[in-house]
Amino acid sequence: MSKGIKFPFPGLFKGMALTFKTMVKKAPVTMYPDVKEIPVPRARGVISLDAEACTVCMLCARECPDWCIYIEGHKVEKAPSKPGGRVRTESILDRFDIDYGLCMYCGICVDVCPFDALFWSPEYEYSEMKISNLLHNQERLGEWLKTVPEPPALES
Amino acid sequence: MNIWLELALTLVVMLVVVLTASLVTIYVELKAGSHMQARIGPYYAGGRWGWAQPLADGAKFLQKEDLAPAKADRPVYRLAPFVVMMSALGIFAVIPLGPDLVGAKLDLGVYFLLAISSFSALGVLMAGWSSANKYSLIGGLRAAAQLIAYEIPLILAVVAVVIQAGTMSLIGIVDAQQATLFTLGGIEVALPFILTGQLVSFFIFMIAAVAELSRIPFDMPIAESELTMGYLTEYTGIRFTMFFLGEYATVVGFSAIAATLYLGGYGAPFLPESMANVAGPAILLLKVSALVFVIIWIRFTWPRLREDQLQSMAWRWLIPISLINIAVIAVFKVAF
Repeated sequence: MSKGIKFPFPGLFKGMALTFKTMVKKAPVTMYPDVKEIPVPRARGVISLDAEACTVCMLCARECPDWCIYIEGHKVEKAPSKPGGRVRTESILDRFDIDYGLCMYCGICVDVCPFDALFWSPEYEYSEMKISNLLHNQERLGEWLKTVPEPPALES
Repeated sequence: MNIWLELALTLVVMLVVVLTASLVTIYVELKAGSHMQARIGPYYAGGRWGWAQPLADGAKFLQKEDLAPAKADRPVYRLAPFVVMMSALGIFAVIPLGPDLVGAKLDLGVYFLLAISSFSALGVLMAGWSSANKYSLIGGLRAAAQLIAYEIPLILAVVAVVIQAGTMSLIGIVDAQQATLFTLGGIEVALPFILTGQLVSFFIFMIAAVAELSRIPFDMPIAESELTMGYLTEYTGIRFTMFFLGEYATVVGFSAIAATLYLGGYGAPFLPESMANVAGPAILLLKVSALVFVIIWIRFTWPRLREDQLQSMAWRWLIPISLINIAVIAVFKVAF
């Protein structure tokens, strides 16, 4: 027998047994549009914004690796808390957009936010026919907030 | 009956049967293949189980533009799919579905089968050459080399059957498998050729048949990862459908040949002579479906052979083995 030629038969029939067994088993398929697959609670689906908590500190926009967060704001003067005190300033959020056409779901913005204004939501059904529609504005990001699950209980 | 009417009827019935069988084969391949890969395959077409998927695919292909490359050899390019399809349909002309249910009763049925089934190699070469595409040309050449290489073991395997049966008529071969071999406790036992010494040649025939079809594991000519689609690369629309349907018709055709030559064809044990014409097609269908399923099964299990492995398997293994097989069968035929 020449070199390099091995008798291939046991392996071939083992393979056939395997495919046959797989065939008669029930296929582990979720019929997606009819039956929705429930993502795990911490799935990185979409980032939601709690605009109330945002202080326009721009940390998220600066840390974003592909610069997909657009923030604009302005400062307003606020009356001093006590009469005769120092005049306070407050930052007002004018625009907070995330471009999901660019986002790479690294989650750095959620991690760096010092005021807990950004949250991961496991929702994933927001594909669009036009790429420009993937730019979610402040209002739309705020709507995702409803889908954010409760955070897991702290370890004591 | 008027001979022309009879001819037309035979043609229509044959076309309907063959095309339905091909569509069913495509459906089974889609469905069984999916389940073998832990998927469920077509599901929505036709309402239930995706039964209309092959029809939907066909309708889609019919709508597509019939393109030919600018530098293609047009007449040849256009003719090639029909040559392949004709070869596929020609097989069914002589396959007996029953003692009287046969398109053409030829004394040289086996010879006709081998001739008409090798005809598809011509169509494949025509397609490969006339497409004016490098992938197509390489695919066509590979197909030609493969079809020539595997034609020989195929023929040698069939020769062994012809020697044992002593006839080249397909009906004669089926009859030979129904002849009483011995009586066991008053029951006349007749065995198909696969159980009476043709096991080796059955395996060689099936391997060579799958290679002739250039299906996995012998799909080097259309190896999509290196040749796009081989000789089919430039084909679209109706012409691609012809190749596609032709392939599946040939799958059914080769299975029918194997069932007739080795598994007893339309005959079954303990079947009274009078029932042969009625039950024959069903029995043949059963055997053919089993073989078709095996061909689909190995497609979704085995990896593709490399070109050199493919050639060396034919020339260094199958041909010597089938020659020895013929010698052994001939000796036994003379001895008993």
